[in-house]
Amino acid sequence: MSVKVSLKVNGKPATAEVEERTLLVTFIRETLRLTGTHVGCDTAQCGACTVSMNGKAVKSCSMLAMQAEGADITTIEGVAKADGTLHPMQAAFKEHHGLQCGFCTPGMVMNAIDFANSHANPSEQEIREALEGNLCRCTGYHNIVKAIGAGAKAMAAAAAG
Amino acid sequence: MHAFKYHRPASIDAAAALAKGEAKLLAGGQSLVQAMKLRLASPSDIIDLGAIKSLAGIKSDGKTVTIGAMTRHAEVNHSADVKKAIPALAAMAGMIGDRQVRAMGTCGGSIANNDPAADYPAAVLALNATITTNKGRHEADKFFKGMFDTALQPGEIVTSVSFQVPKRAAYMKFKNPASRFAIVGVFVADFGGMVRVAVTGAGPGVFRQPEMEKALAAKFAPESVANIKVKQDGLNTDLHASAEYRAHLVTVMAKRAVEAALK
Repeated sequence: MSVKVSLKVNGKPATAEVEERTLLVTFIRETLRLTGTHVGCDTAQCGACTVSMNGKAVKSCSMLAMQAEGADITTIEGVAKADGTLHPMQAAFKEHHGLQCGFCTPGMVMNAIDFANSHANPSEQEIREALEGNLCRCTGYHNIVKAIGAGAKAMAAAAAG
Repeated sequence: MHAFKYHRPASIDAAAALAKGEAKLLAGGQSLVQAMKLRLASPSDIIDLGAIKSLAGIKSDGKTVTIGAMTRHAEVNHSADVKKAIPALAAMAGMIGDRQVRAMGTCGGSIANNDPAADYPAAVLALNATITTNKGRHEADKFFKGMFDTALQPGEIVTSVSFQVPKRAAYMKFKNPASRFAIVGVFVADFGGMVRVAVTGAGPGVFRQPEMEKALAAKFAPESVANIKVKQDGLNTDLHASAEYRAHLVTVMAKRAVEAALK
């Protein structure tokens, strides 16, 4: 049996017939072929699958594609500008070397952008708490925390224009 | 995950008509989708409540704070109305899971699931909440029936939860650092002469602690509970903590909750 799901991904309409049990992450990776969103643990611990749904960071492995019916989804592929200029949060991860193997990075960046939207100048403690749902097995988080602090400031500066 | 039939009703009545047999209601899905992936749950039908707009929202009238069943934890955490009326309830919502989980997880889903280590049941019990469903009302004291069990009948859907506004309250949680569920969580609410203390995570389901309630009603101060020894009989022992340790934590968390409520 299948069901029709219609949503918006990175600003473009996406409609497909999918099996009812299709997870949002499976739809993004296998139907839309947007493989920047990763599956790490598949049990809602690691946050590598984090995407933005209507502006809020959510774990796309922990919801059915149908739960995003009609929603506006942004994945890591949708945050840079069309000309390739990195999003300020991506640029901050690069600048502060907030990664080693990079597997967790898309989820980290997607969560960090949502967090920074409501925290223009977060404390280290606030950043560490915001990262409770994202695991990194390489870095020990130190540079990720620095990157998010810098990225949040850069986002606030860009918004102030 | 096993296959199922998916439904997306637009009204509570339509959802209730579908909720029979092996069908399951889907709220935020932060527990149910995981349980289905692990094949701990294999419903024949999924009834997604996500399209029923009337189920979400927060109302506050000074005496009660009413939270719609599909209201996300993040909304409760950030609500100015909840922060003003019952700051402890807003804070509790901000301690559930992680921020991505809080963007999806719901009040109704949490209490209907009644995970023995969930946070919401402690708030419902301590704040003497009334659970409204499509079929009637439940008092908090008669709602939770032990591990993953509630007074809800088949076809019964939680529509909202009304929490009584206390004089002061606080929730303290000793969390499992990996899952962020409560190893022990204690919610203390002072209604002026009447105090309710609800404990989650420690036993097979949320429960009240009458000895502490009596001592705190006489004098609402940390020292009233500091020397109360909680019996370990019936408390949980698992790889995270022994019953003896959990019993000790109930007193420690209760004391901290009273301290926090007095601030």
